[in-house]
Amino acid sequence: MGLIVEAAIKIVIVFGIVLTFLAYLALFERKILGWIQLRYGPNRVGPWGLLQPLADLLKFLFKEDVRPNTPNPVLFTVAPILALVPALMTYAVIPFGDRIVLFGREITLYITSVNVGLLYLFALSGLGVYGIVLAGWASNSKYSLLGGLRSAAQMISYELTLTLSVVGVLIQAGSLDLVEIVRAQSGTYWGIIPRWHVFWYQPLGFLLFFIAAIAETNRVPFDLPEAETELVAGYHTEYSATKFAMFYVAEYANILAVSALATTLFLGGWNGPGAARAPLLGVVYFAAKTAVFLFIYIWLRATLPRFRYDQLMRFGWKVLVPLAFANVVFSSAMALVV
Amino acid sequence: MERALFLIFALTAIVAAFNVVLRRHPLQSALALLVVLGALTGLYILLGAYFLAVIQVVIYAGAILVLFLFVIMLLNLRAEEARLERRPLLRWLAIPFAALLGVEIISLVRLFEENPIPSGTSVGVTESIGRELFTTYLLPFELTSILILIALLGAVVLARREGR
Repeated sequence: MGLIVEAAIKIVIVFGIVLTFLAYLALFERKILGWIQLRYGPNRVGPWGLLQPLADLLKFLFKEDVRPNTPNPVLFTVAPILALVPALMTYAVIPFGDRIVLFGREITLYITSVNVGLLYLFALSGLGVYGIVLAGWASNSKYSLLGGLRSAAQMISYELTLTLSVVGVLIQAGSLDLVEIVRAQSGTYWGIIPRWHVFWYQPLGFLLFFIAAIAETNRVPFDLPEAETELVAGYHTEYSATKFAMFYVAEYANILAVSALATTLFLGGWNGPGAARAPLLGVVYFAAKTAVFLFIYIWLRATLPRFRYDQLMRFGWKVLVPLAFANVVFSSAMALVV
Repeated sequence: MERALFLIFALTAIVAAFNVVLRRHPLQSALALLVVLGALTGLYILLGAYFLAVIQVVIYAGAILVLFLFVIMLLNLRAEEARLERRPLLRWLAIPFAALLGVEIISLVRLFEENPIPSGTSVGVTESIGRELFTTYLLPFELTSILILIALLGAVVLARREGR
């Protein structure tokens, strides 16, 4: 019973922090985009625009919920939920830190650690595509349908690279459990270089993972499903108010999850100087590393133009997939040698 | 607790499976199949077969069913007209095959009732499945991969011929 209560408390805390952070992630994105484009960004609501997420939330809640004339009203409502739920479920296995002792109990700083953690994440990322595809279908609009179809093709193509790029990490760490993968990255080489997978011997795997992850989350330069110049807004063209907000939150939840995953798999998770003695410091390291990825995401959005659809497909299948296979072969060979 | 969960998942799976067959619209059938897969995942987890549970979501729900949806949307399939009515032979063939399947299921259940797998074993863990695949079941495993390769090549050849 105590175990269930502990898990419930952890779930509430993680979701509280994650959802608050997601709201502010949107604000930081607009701020950083503003700075890059020599603007101020949002600065009207509260000091430094800090109350902007609250204002946005109220706006989403009170806007009119416009429904298109669709033969599938139920699917139209279910689709955003299907997009949001898998995105939020990923945080169940992400290790934010090691473990602390609180009230005489040892408490782990992650919700759960499962034997098939990484596969669980891939299963969720596979399910995430349903929300977008069904939204495109149920909207009964040509822009939405095209956006949904593009998204399905794109996510299936890049999922292959995403999965293959992680095989090297599995070989090196010898586990599917994310906590074990982080543990495998503790310590240093020759006392200087951290034993993170990105340094040795997965730099290529890391690069492939990062590119595929951007495509998987439908972000610039792979944001074809919602390319506004050709598709209005893609799969969420017909959505408004709370339902649109769900897609919005799902997108940011996916970005945060993928950044946290990249940190866990390649950048040593909570590992860092002194983290072994002070586990809470490990959480800070984890957050800092994840923040770097989030910044790069926003930076890319401000910098790169969008791919054309055929370029996207050609790049995915003819460049990334062969490289990912090469990385699998390389990692297997290294595992035999080292 | 476990029994209640089993009942929920099993009933969901059966109801959704009926929906897969009985729905007229292909998209609704595909979505019902998704529900079946979800319920099966729950059953696998109850059995302690975590690897199987997750991998079937990755492959069936995450890849194959998405392709189904893709095809349904691209071809813009409408509700199925009564197409099967024209082939009475298929209908009659269904009866012996259903009977065969029923006999197989009953004999399998009997087999496991006689020698049940002890609870708490780690059969469903990734490591033991991998070990079995690459030792005891190596030949079927490799043969399956060759089968898939043949299917892949066949698809490429057919697609190319279509293009010219």
